Amino acid sequence: MSLFGLLTPQAFIHGPIETGAQIIVIVAVLVTVLAITYLGRWRWLWQQWLTSLDPKRIGIMYILLSFVMFGRGFVDALMMKSQQALAVGAPGYISPDHFAQLFTAHGVIMIFFAAMAFMFGIINLVLPLQLGSKDVAFPLLNSISFWLTATGALLLNLSLVVGQFAATGWLAYPPLSELAYSPGVGVDYYIWALQIAGIGTLLSGINFLTTIATMRGHLRLMQMPMFTWTTLGSMLLVIFAFPILTVTLALLALDRTLGFHFFTTDLGGNAMMYVNLIWAWGHPEVYILVLPAFGIFSEVVATFSQKKLFGYTSMVVATMLIVVLSFMVWVHHFFTMGAGADVNAFFGIMTMAIAIPTGVKVFNWLFTMFRGRIIFATPMLWFIGFLTTFTIGGMTGVLMSIPAADFQLHNSLFLVAHFHNMIIGGVVFGFFAGFTYWFPKFTGIMLNERWGKAAFWAWIVGFLMAFMPLYALGLMGVTRRLDHIDVASGLYTQPWAHWLFDIAAAGAAVIALAVLFQIIQIIVSIWNKHKHHVGENPWRSQGPEWQEPAEPLHERSARGVAIGAVAALFGFGLIWHIWWLAALALIGILLSLITLPKPEYAD
Amino acid sequence: MYLLQSSGIIASQEASLIIQATLLMLIVVVPVFVLLFFFAYYYRAGNHKARYSPNWEHAKMDELIWWAIPLEIILVLGALTWGSTHALDPRKPLPSTVPALQVEVVALPWKWLFLYPSLGVASLNTLEIPANIPVEFHITADAPMNSFWVPQLGGQIYAMTGMDNRLNLMADKPGDYPGYSANYSGAGFAGMHFVVHAVAQKDFEAWVAATASTSPVLDQATYSALRAPSTEQERTYAYRIDLYHAILKQFGH
Amino acid sequence: MPTDKTTLGFWLYIMSDCVLFASLFATFAVLRGSEDIFSLPFVFVQTLALLISSFTVGLAFVTKKQNTFLILTLLLGLGFLGLEVYEFKNLMLEGFGPSHSAYLSSFFALVGTHGLHVAAGCLWMLVMLVTQRFYQLQRLVLFWHFLDIIWIFIFTFVYLFGII
Repeated sequence: MSLFGLLTPQAFIHGPIETGAQIIVIVAVLVTVLAITYLGRWRWLWQQWLTSLDPKRIGIMYILLSFVMFGRGFVDALMMKSQQALAVGAPGYISPDHFAQLFTAHGVIMIFFAAMAFMFGIINLVLPLQLGSKDVAFPLLNSISFWLTATGALLLNLSLVVGQFAATGWLAYPPLSELAYSPGVGVDYYIWALQIAGIGTLLSGINFLTTIATMRGHLRLMQMPMFTWTTLGSMLLVIFAFPILTVTLALLALDRTLGFHFFTTDLGGNAMMYVNLIWAWGHPEVYILVLPAFGIFSEVVATFSQKKLFGYTSMVVATMLIVVLSFMVWVHHFFTMGAGADVNAFFGIMTMAIAIPTGVKVFNWLFTMFRGRIIFATPMLWFIGFLTTFTIGGMTGVLMSIPAADFQLHNSLFLVAHFHNMIIGGVVFGFFAGFTYWFPKFTGIMLNERWGKAAFWAWIVGFLMAFMPLYALGLMGVTRRLDHIDVASGLYTQPWAHWLFDIAAAGAAVIALAVLFQIIQIIVSIWNKHKHHVGENPWRSQGPEWQEPAEPLHERSARGVAIGAVAALFGFGLIWHIWWLAALALIGILLSLITLPKPEYAD
Repeated sequence: MYLLQSSGIIASQEASLIIQATLLMLIVVVPVFVLLFFFAYYYRAGNHKARYSPNWEHAKMDELIWWAIPLEIILVLGALTWGSTHALDPRKPLPSTVPALQVEVVALPWKWLFLYPSLGVASLNTLEIPANIPVEFHITADAPMNSFWVPQLGGQIYAMTGMDNRLNLMADKPGDYPGYSANYSGAGFAGMHFVVHAVAQKDFEAWVAATASTSPVLDQATYSALRAPSTEQERTYAYRIDLYHAILKQFGH
Repeated sequence: MPTDKTTLGFWLYIMSDCVLFASLFATFAVLRGSEDIFSLPFVFVQTLALLISSFTVGLAFVTKKQNTFLILTLLLGLGFLGLEVYEFKNLMLEGFGPSHSAYLSSFFALVGTHGLHVAAGCLWMLVMLVTQRFYQLQRLVLFWHFLDIIWIFIFTFVYLFGII
């Protein structure tokens, strides 16, 4: 066994486009390092940010991480859209294997490192303040969670430089993800990036739930703001769902690394078991993401309608119902696997049942607007955008929850349109609303409204252009994950197929413009901060987090960074079969856990 | 759009189901849109005619209504779901006076092998069936998970190693219907399309006879060559052994 | 003394560990097979060791004699682990290793994960004994009892059912 396991110089050599990506990553890292050195900011960065235990700083780091990763995931999307527009009856410019890595990486990045990271960022910033607490229950654990997430992102980006990424889809179904069909290190990068980030998430779940339970002061449960309630629901889901992901990824790793047979095609392995396990995690995961977004919208609607949120008790009940029901629907992701009518019908009906509490929330939001005095600041625009797009997405979701209908819609572009409808319309718009809403709280600067509105409109138009054609394409029988369309395939002769792919690609370009507007918005706002400076509660919100100033906290610890670094080495060692590295790193992890300093920080 | 052009009795039932369910949901969705845009417009801060009730946050009757409305729609949809899921169960044989034609399907990397065990023929990437006669498919794989899908005839079902999934379809008129794999199975996935040729019964029997007598034989050796990853042209075979059950057994089931 | 926060946090961790083991049990149930590879007397001794160690760790918590009872618990825990390693090694040498079949993969994963947790607990006890800092003792006891309960399930569903 070589000293470097499977790692050889070959692993650094890629095709032309991947080499471009490789160079961009290396250059980006170099430029960042050089810039920080030139500005003499290493000590500041280390002391004020990287080792900070202040949840507000940890929150901002999460959000910055999510921005960077969203950028990468978005570039993946642009590449896929352009390839599909160019590849009707032609090969396009991206090879099939590269295309598969693109759609896999796109899904993984957007869910884990854009959406989840942003969510934890907002929770870190807002939750303690809404509870009237200065900090979370376990500050050091909070830092560790952040650094484990960052390590996951690091490994994922490292796969661009050395080796490859999984080419299996974002959930890496076996047998395709088993060694027999994915012999390279791609799936191993996938496994360890998610496993490490997943541990960080689980620890955050424990952390935030304990915070809500024990650090509320005199605040009673039924006095908590809606964002706190939805965070509570989301963290309950994290604690119950993420261990399933941990087990599933571990079993796949055991299959690939030690020759076990959980999901292999031979010796009794059962790939359907994987599908069940991964979706038993996967369905709660989407509710983990959307519940805090719902919470943000509750805050935004009330503030910008200048009215109390309607139906608080109903909202709380609906949230908890969603939490419970989200564990009872997972089979709807694979009605077509052949479970039989009784099982399929049961899960279809349970899936529809979730539409009930969600519908209640929609009506409560609408009736918060009723007899309010609505101000159409950017956050409120995001809410309107959410309600329109999410309702369409919800409708197509209930449609697909009917098994016999799903038999025609499953894995088609209709499905792709549906879940982007929910995640962009629900989660992403929610996070944009929250970002714009709370930005002045944590920076004293109001984001420029003109650019904000321009960004909103570009997003809505771009989103509709990019995804509504996909509904039509799905109904035309176009399946997902096609890197090109053969002349001989029935799709080539579908009259509208070319046009629809072109509109979708144009939509992606409009979204790119929207993102550019958002970047400009941030730069302009900070550049002209004297013009955008605002007081303590510029939106005149009744939310508790606005009523008192947020004090910076000065506790620090390098342990989070250390654990993140050692975890990265552990992951890298396992991916490349560099056993001595993995073993040493494991010892390092154990040592850092054993030598945790003070009682309050110990877990 | 197969929704408008379905040519199979299953596909047309699935299409009406989709349309029915959409209409039912519009009962809730349309009011939501109307209320949203109306409230946004009427209750905008600049409209001083509108009543402003900043503390109105609770109304039992109203809340009861909007718990009840989605609940009722879902009850109706739920009943529709239970009924249609059982009626359109892929395993359910189609009502017919004649016995179903048995076709075995093997998903390979990256092509589809169709075996007609009782007729002595087989084909690759092309599927000949008689129109107006039910076909019972037995579907498995010797490849990563795929999904057998002919949208104009009906919904899909997964093709998995070691599993024998059943799908009953029937073309209600002759024609050529494209088929695909609907589950990503590797680099050649985009090449996994095929064509279903539904023809009159007489033409089908003629095709079987011609194929059985003139096409090359599909034996174990030919099959082993097919297991290698590749995309292939359409091909027909004479076929006299039982590969399907051997393939199933190979994966330990 | 542990604060309310830390105790709650630890309970939440135990809950997540429950889900973890539940997933492993579910996998074991689905991939169930049978091999004639278990020896009940052997497993009985393991069970006794773990049960008695639960008793001793409880005593460590309620009496002032932390060192004595923790050492006893540690020895029993290590004994349990030793027996388990011995069992695993023999199974693998006889050709019943985890790469032999899905059933054996799930056996080794489930029982092995429990064993890893026991090892972690032993390490925890060792650190406590070396540093002589016992403020985490309540949580250790909770953890140890939890592992005992998981073992009862393993004993029943893996070994007893495997022999029937």
